[in-house]
Amino acid sequence: MSGLQLQDLTKRFGSVNAVDGVNLSVPHGTFVCLLGPSGCGKTTLLRMIAGLEDPTAGAIVLDGKDMTGVPTHQRDFGMVFQSLALFPHLNVGENIAYPLRIRGVDKAEQKKRVDELLNLVRLPGLADRPVAKLSGGQRQRVAIARALALRPKLFLLDEPLSALDAKLREAMQVELRQLQQSLGITTIVVTHDQREAMTMADLVVVMGEGRIRQAASPIQVYRKPSDAFVADFIGMTNLLPLKGNGDLLGTNFPSLGMAVGSAGGHLSIRPEDVRLVAPEQGTLTGTVTFVRDLGGTIETFVDVQGVSIVSVTTPRERTPFVAGDAVGVRLPVESCVVLKG
Amino acid sequence: MRREPPRSLADYAPLAFPAIMLLVFFVIPFSTMIAVSFFRRDPAGFYSRDFIFDNYERFLSAFFGGVLGFSIMLAVIVAVVCVIIAFPFTWLLAQASRRVQIVWLVVILSILSLSEVIIGFAWTTLFSRTAGITNIFVWMGLMSEAQALSPNFGAVLTGMVYQALPYTVLVLYPAIVRLDPTLMEAARTLGSSPLRAFFNVVVPAMRSTIVATLIMVFVFALGSYLLPQMLGRPQHWTLSVLITDQAIYQSNMPFAAAMAVFLVLMSLAFVGLTLLVGARKGGEA
Repeated sequence: MSGLQLQDLTKRFGSVNAVDGVNLSVPHGTFVCLLGPSGCGKTTLLRMIAGLEDPTAGAIVLDGKDMTGVPTHQRDFGMVFQSLALFPHLNVGENIAYPLRIRGVDKAEQKKRVDELLNLVRLPGLADRPVAKLSGGQRQRVAIARALALRPKLFLLDEPLSALDAKLREAMQVELRQLQQSLGITTIVVTHDQREAMTMADLVVVMGEGRIRQAASPIQVYRKPSDAFVADFIGMTNLLPLKGNGDLLGTNFPSLGMAVGSAGGHLSIRPEDVRLVAPEQGTLTGTVTFVRDLGGTIETFVDVQGVSIVSVTTPRERTPFVAGDAVGVRLPVESCVVLKG
Repeated sequence: MRREPPRSLADYAPLAFPAIMLLVFFVIPFSTMIAVSFFRRDPAGFYSRDFIFDNYERFLSAFFGGVLGFSIMLAVIVAVVCVIIAFPFTWLLAQASRRVQIVWLVVILSILSLSEVIIGFAWTTLFSRTAGITNIFVWMGLMSEAQALSPNFGAVLTGMVYQALPYTVLVLYPAIVRLDPTLMEAARTLGSSPLRAFFNVVVPAMRSTIVATLIMVFVFALGSYLLPQMLGRPQHWTLSVLITDQAIYQSNMPFAAAMAVFLVLMSLAFVGLTLLVGARKGGEA
């Protein structure tokens, strides 16, 4: 089988299961984002794939070959660390050439490959620059170039963009995605930023408490979250308590009751899908508590039976509501996701 | 934190205390010693005021040159051996759990509480024929009969390394603990075995710390005068031993002062040379 398989991968620290029975199949050339809150086990999972942590149980298989017991330095995986881990005693060119030097590649070949990589990460001619004299974004690129120097089979990145400011981070996300596509390399990025995951990934793996909560394409994770945890973590959402008999904030919807089952659960709807209308036209009615006009979008907070519902619209379809207004809330059925539990 | 340059005289006040301490306990005694080194020895009493170069002239002989050379060589070897042992040790210690680190650091600190005399006597016993470690080797079948391991050069070296090792570890420890552990991990993902990564990432990244530690241990070892006497033969005596001999037993203060001044100058020159070499290498890297 081609690609990367994680089979029942588990890591225990004392009595804590940092990673708990993870199964995942990543086809060759896929861009995967491991997404989750801090402490969810995503970094531990990445470090196990890199060989920096030994799994307590389970296997890591790449292209049909079991890599579980292979030492890190024989795995041929490129990795970018959160701290970047550039060697302070070497300049840019020497940092990038380090893996080549270890493999005994001859000097001329090393120089050629370094120039090639510096062009790839758009830092041509910086080979002789000391690492300390680089900006944050440049260090980032050097770390990426160094990790790619050996044409690795797997490209791993641990929160690579977290040290950059917001603007640069967004630009680097696009660049990283384009780089991955041009190289066609299987890539796994750990991040806690769902925007970053949505920008770059083919496959978003949402993790919580050491387990995979959902692994799907970004748009599917966004539109069809598998549970309340995923819905809440990915983007802004309205999680409305739904009783087993179909009671949603005082109004009964028998069809929803059937979908959620007798134990009840939540109805998840994205703020941009919530329609605010005149009180008599809505399926639910409530009171506007706050309006946040951000210029590009307007967020309206509506209190319905003590639960706050957020609606996001653009100024073009602006609704002239102000705090204190009574409004009707419409929840289009095709945008609602019923979540058990 | 923003640092502003001191403006008024009062801003310099915090410097007064260390400045006075330095003046009283370093500048004045050292100046006195330099002055004494030009005085004339008075065999009847102590010394008389004068300005002569006799003491320095007497020093410029093959014998004292040899002793000076031996002292510097011994200090260099002690410094190098200490760093070679202490660096990997401290690095491994830094990887260990907090509890293990604390236990080791307490043990190391407790060695510091031993006086040079006790260390000397302990090693004299350990190196002796009747009660020494060779008896254990005999018992283990490694040697046919017990023998004395001192006095000789190896014994002097062992004793001095033992004495300087805790200092070396304690000087290296803060810097090594602060070293980013992902550097080593990065090297491993880039194809270096852990051992190789230690030598081509950890050691070069710590180069300035290593140079500073070498200098510290060198200066520390240069002043040692008890252990060479206790564990070595007269040819293993350092300049510090001769200075003590001249100052205390021969009552030749001017000559002892001249030798001390010379030793200080030589060690300063040596430290300067080391820094120069270190800085040049740093410029290349």
